[in-house]
Amino acid sequence: MILDSKIPDGPLAEKWEKHKFNVKLVNPANKRKYDIIIVGSGLAGASAAATLAELGYNVKVFSFHDSARRAHSIAAQGGINAAKNYQNDGDSVHRLFYDTIKGGDYRAREANVYRLAQVSVNIIDQCVAQGVPFAREYGGLLANRSFGGAQVSRTFYARGQTGQQLLLGAYSALNRQIAYGKVKMYPRTEMLDLVLVDGKARGIVTRNLITGHIESHSAHAVILATGGYGNVFYLSTNAMGSNTTAIWRAHKKGALFGNPCFTQIHPTCIPVSGDYQSKLTLMSESLRNDGRVWVPKAKGDKRPPQNIPEDERDYFLERKYPAFGNLVPRDVASRNAKQACDEGRGVGSTGLAVYLDFADAIKRDGLDKVSQKYGNLFDMYAKITGENPYESPMRIYPAVHYTMGGLWVDYNLMTSIPGLYAAGEANFSDHGANRLGASALMQGLADGYFVLPYTIGDYLANMPAAKVSVDHPAFKEAEGAVRADIQKLLSINGTKTVDDFHKELGHLMWDYCGMARNAEGLTYAKGKIRELREEYWKNVKLVGVNEEFNQTLEKAGRVADFLELGELMVTDALNRNESCGGHFREEYQTPENEALRDDENYTYVAAWEYTGSNSEPILHKEELQFENVKLTQRSYK
Amino acid sequence: MAGNNPNSKPMNLTLKVWRQKNTNASGQLVTYNVKDISPEMSFLEMMDVLNEDLLRQGQDPIAFDHDCREGICGMCSLYINGRAHGPESGTTTCQLHMRKFSDGDTIVIEPWRANAFPIHKDLSVDRSALDRIQQAGGYVSVNTGGVPDANEIPIPKSIADKAFDAATCIQCGACVAACKNASAMLFLSAKVSQLALLPQGQVERKTRVENMLAQHDEEGFGSCTNIGSCAAECPVGISLENIAILNREYIVAKATSENV
Ligand SMILES: Cc1cc2nc3c(=O)[nH]c(=O)nc-3n(C[C@H](O)[C@H](O)[C@H](O)COP(=O)(O)OP(=O)(O)OC[C@H]3O[C@@H](n4cnc5c(N)ncnc54)[C@H](O)[C@@H]3O)c2cc1C
Ligand code: SF4
Ligand code: FES
Repeated sequence: MILDSKIPDGPLAEKWEKHKFNVKLVNPANKRKYDIIIVGSGLAGASAAATLAELGYNVKVFSFHDSARRAHSIAAQGGINAAKNYQNDGDSVHRLFYDTIKGGDYRAREANVYRLAQVSVNIIDQCVAQGVPFAREYGGLLANRSFGGAQVSRTFYARGQTGQQLLLGAYSALNRQIAYGKVKMYPRTEMLDLVLVDGKARGIVTRNLITGHIESHSAHAVILATGGYGNVFYLSTNAMGSNTTAIWRAHKKGALFGNPCFTQIHPTCIPVSGDYQSKLTLMSESLRNDGRVWVPKAKGDKRPPQNIPEDERDYFLERKYPAFGNLVPRDVASRNAKQACDEGRGVGSTGLAVYLDFADAIKRDGLDKVSQKYGNLFDMYAKITGENPYESPMRIYPAVHYTMGGLWVDYNLMTSIPGLYAAGEANFSDHGANRLGASALMQGLADGYFVLPYTIGDYLANMPAAKVSVDHPAFKEAEGAVRADIQKLLSINGTKTVDDFHKELGHLMWDYCGMARNAEGLTYAKGKIRELREEYWKNVKLVGVNEEFNQTLEKAGRVADFLELGELMVTDALNRNESCGGHFREEYQTPENEALRDDENYTYVAAWEYTGSNSEPILHKEELQFENVKLTQRSYK
Repeated sequence: MAGNNPNSKPMNLTLKVWRQKNTNASGQLVTYNVKDISPEMSFLEMMDVLNEDLLRQGQDPIAFDHDCREGICGMCSLYINGRAHGPESGTTTCQLHMRKFSDGDTIVIEPWRANAFPIHKDLSVDRSALDRIQQAGGYVSVNTGGVPDANEIPIPKSIADKAFDAATCIQCGACVAACKNASAMLFLSAKVSQLALLPQGQVERKTRVENMLAQHDEEGFGSCTNIGSCAAECPVGISLENIAILNREYIVAKATSENV
């Protein structure tokens, strides 16, 4: 297989303009002859669906949620980046590009990231036109805040609910097209397989989650915008339903999987409290604008925080990274928190937490101002922990948050299967080995509003408008395989629940493929995951039938896929003998414990080809070319 | 947090849960006992514990909707001890924690009840009627691209803040469940007033309110008689003022209707 990233020629700043001019267009009258399937209605899926329908294509949108608006994008808190330079603080498209490449530890494609920075400015315009109520200054203009990994203020926000407001904007544009009849929405419908005809993506097989009805849908192209797979760790900040099934099943049908091990562990989450815990809650990174992170200087200091005098506190981020302080990128902040806890200086009953303290901010700006900025986050913290963060510092600990890896895509966002596209968190592009805060919302909307609508036309323009019937043997075969898998799961009748397996997998992933990894642990985990997977198919317990609303069955299919994906993540982490961004291999670190890259041997995207459930995947390398930035050791000091 | 509150003793509770196989089946309350529930658990984690138990015994777990468990997706929807989203005001079911209950309590758990929300199974209901109200006009008609620079539309902070408050509705439907008329007016008014407040929403202001209201009635939601239980149970504090704005918008729209 040849990996062609299809990066256009020419100077970085002109590539996208040139490409847009060179792509083929589908004539307006012909667009209605083409059908596009979009799986997912989060920021990426909803924005793509609305825009493609506005252009005239027939769009079908699928979501396992009961409403398009419940996609996990709704939960994003902190904000969205854009190189508007409204603050006149020196921001520019080039600076956003540079920060993103550097933040990603030089493992992302220059051309994609530059395009992302370019279209970022259009996103804000679009959202405002839709009525998205961003935060504003008293003069009526848009307000900004700062996020990690940047020294400018370029993050647009809507209190602590930016994802909600952006998604509601995209959802409203989608609703308008549903009302016009250009989009048909299929809520509570889960994609369970991708269908290829003559080597091209031509449709999907779905299950209606209420009735269990298995059905095929045919189209000229398929877009997967199905979000991230952080729930492979069982506990994460993702919603309970977030899963890998759509992209994993596409991977099994031939789509290469890019950098599966690149996972983001977010530094500011509410710590785990017990084994019953079902998910972890993020406390937005924006809190690091005003909150100060610290632990006691002495090991095992169990005094309440108020009783620990100033000079016995270690504000470790400010101490080690004076230039960026509490606003270092996430991977750096997370690793340092872990280190402090590993040294025995962690706080709270488990010792797996550090303080995030607002006392100084409250003293400086007053309680009102702090509550205006972060009120809803403080309330959430209080509800979950039963403690008042206005009075004593929050306790936070890193948690799995985002997956930089995903389906490999070229510059056009097409996967290695012709006609199959991946957008948003589901693809691997743009964030390299570490994503900067407020950049996922930007990427999802860039993909959906401004990239796919151009690039998909280029593909369709070369394609005959003839439709493939869902009676085609390829659909029948895929439906049969889906039914067989479901029947198998339902018939095992073992002794352990789906959640039992999921938790075990999660522990393995967190312990050996989490914030710190090493060859020995990864090798161990790989064997364990295989054993667990084997046991799953012999000993999992489900009840009920397919022809009903069966939430255990839904979960069972998703966990089966996590059990395969987990192994690929471990394989990828084992292959990458370097540390970069969120991928920290303990064998490869600088004397100051920073990530030590190996640019000579690992400046590539690892794109894995599936070869069967118990056989080794094949590695394809996309070498990354850096023509516009110099690769240096990241420094936030 | 575990051990943070050393007095937090595990609780034993009696649950009476609505079980209904599917939309057409009849349902009833079934009693379950749950033991050793930590006060630090969330309400839904307590439900998870019960479901895992049922599963191990080969029984059908209780179907309920949930996803983000952070109070933002609007998916969770339980009617707990006679209140939508349970006893704590301003809180979704998923954000409710067991420390609000005491050892020995009996908790009655039912689905949202409204004609416009058919029950899928047990505690899960069909709220797609709310989506259809949004589709009737809850948008500004702009296509992607060709819009002005964001800062060309300055909006006074006070107006932007008010619009934001209205825009925080999570479409959970608690207002409908709480209302004895099963009216969705609070939900509807939140969208109408968000867009009526903003300059972007002016052009379609009249048709929007008329069309959304017509859809509301067509879906079988009841009419509003100004009782206010909706706002009392709304987990995100959507205020009754929005209904006042809605009424004003409607009167103006009717008087000078563009819908012909
Ligand atoms: C708590 C939290 C806070 C965050 N805060 C920020 C922030 O402040 N700024 C920022 O930039 N980023 C943030 N992120 C990251 C960002 O929110 C996500 O990366 C982004 O929203 C993902 O959008 P998406 O459209 O790719 O996927 P999602 O929004 O996850 O949507 C996935 C969609 O796919 C559907 N789907 C999935 N699988 C299937 C299937 N098999 N069949 C049918 N449908 C399927 C789902 O129903 C859903 O509609 C945050 C993430 C979390 C978890
Ligand atoms: S108005 Fe409140 S109660 Fe009603 S749907 Fe919106 S958030 Fe829920
Ligand atoms: S589960 Fe999302 S609001 Fe409760």
